[in-house]
Amino acid sequence: MTPSLDEALVRSLTPRVLAVLVRRGADFAAAEDAVQDALAEAVRAWPTDPPKDPKGWLITVAWRRFLDAARSDTARRRREDRADEEPAPGPVPSADDTLWLYFLCAHPSLSPSSAVALTLRAVGGLTTRQIAQAYLVPEATMAQRISRAKRTVSGVRLDRPGDVATVLRVLYLVFNEGYSGDVDLAAEAIRLTRQLAAAVDHPEVSGLLALMLLHHARRDARTGPDGTLVPLAEQDRSRWDTRSIAEGIGILQAALARDRLGEFQAQAAVAALHADAPTAEETDWVQIVEWYDELVRLTGSPVARLNRAVAVGEADGPQAGLAALAELDPALPRHSAVAAHLHERAGDLSTAARLYTEAALKAPNLPERVHLTRQAARLNTGGDG
Amino acid sequence: MAKYLLLKHYRGAPDAVNNVPMDRWTPEEVSAHIQYMNDFAARLEKTGEFVDGQALAPEGTWVRYDGEGRPPVTDGPFAETKDLIAGWMVIDVDSYDRAVELAGELSAAPGAGGKPIHEWLELRPFLYAAPTITE
Repeated sequence: MTPSLDEALVRSLTPRVLAVLVRRGADFAAAEDAVQDALAEAVRAWPTDPPKDPKGWLITVAWRRFLDAARSDTARRRREDRADEEPAPGPVPSADDTLWLYFLCAHPSLSPSSAVALTLRAVGGLTTRQIAQAYLVPEATMAQRISRAKRTVSGVRLDRPGDVATVLRVLYLVFNEGYSGDVDLAAEAIRLTRQLAAAVDHPEVSGLLALMLLHHARRDARTGPDGTLVPLAEQDRSRWDTRSIAEGIGILQAALARDRLGEFQAQAAVAALHADAPTAEETDWVQIVEWYDELVRLTGSPVARLNRAVAVGEADGPQAGLAALAELDPALPRHSAVAAHLHERAGDLSTAARLYTEAALKAPNLPERVHLTRQAARLNTGGDG
Repeated sequence: MAKYLLLKHYRGAPDAVNNVPMDRWTPEEVSAHIQYMNDFAARLEKTGEFVDGQALAPEGTWVRYDGEGRPPVTDGPFAETKDLIAGWMVIDVDSYDRAVELAGELSAAPGAGGKPIHEWLELRPFLYAAPTITE
């Protein structure tokens, strides 16, 4: 984005302008080119002649650019100029169009990685370079992924709203990526989910937004000064962002009051119970187990069962936790880490140390590996770290 | 400039001098080791010699083509595999000597007792593109 324009304004307008063009019948890729052209013209024109209605200005110019391109394109192909027959631009709906763009970018015909990239590009207004940096792939690779995704959805005509769950899954993926490089994907996911929540009234959208806010509130406390992972029980709770927690809990309570429970609301409820506890010891584990029961009922997810075993270990003691764990497949990711923790609490330190070492070897990322290795080291050497 | 691959092995390298497995170090020693590795990479980024680095999970799968219309055959992981790569770093340096110097520094990362591990690292030069002037 150019520094001479208000970046926040431009990034909030871009997807809406794009949505209007696509809604009027422009092919997705052509519409995006036209919007980029309009932005380039805005950089030239706005500093000396700022428009009263920036969005209307962008729509008018982008639509003109699209028609020009379509004309020269069809002329080149010596075909009849169909663009001239497009209906005249009508009134400009806003929230509805953005929503429609969310559905398009999360369309089930796209793979998850393509849907994520297209959402960040078209709805988020991030540059291809920023998205490539965030996902640690070469820019050319990301450009290719995005242009393939655009081609895939180019033929899609949504005449009714899509399934909001597909959009939520994409936003959840973006949030979970955290942040690397100079793009904060977690913050971007929150912004996009907030924008979605403003466009559609759905308790699971609220549930996901609450879940993100509650986890984001703990981010600073989750990493030590040396970059190591600090587990929930050991986090300095004074470093949690209380404003974000209050907002998340408020959104969650309003969603739960509507009595249409879904998996994101249930996950957010667990996060809210952690956020509510002044100390780790005061955590209401009995209620957390109940929410995991709901989550297992809603999703049947093995990961939810694994987390439930941890909660049972806290609520009813480590033996009860180990009994719950015994019903689960040992091949589950993080199974040995959970087993190590429960055995340690049960006082079987040598088994715990062996399982921590095993868990470290299976850890899917470096911070977890280091954390688990340190746990093994602590038990093996009698250290306190 | 020449690119080199620094390879770290889970198995397959000759034994290190300070050869105590990491889960037998103290937690502080684990942290000191990680810090040393991070600092090393950060320093190479500053000097403009760092290209890429990546750690690998210890368990992988062997895969091979099994003929037209058939899914690939997979096998392993094999516990008895003699050579197992733990991770790599790619550096772009002026000379072979500089590459050896840096590999030596990386091998000095602290381990048990806070003493250097003296771990054997494998240094492999990249094959590079054909030069413009050949005669």
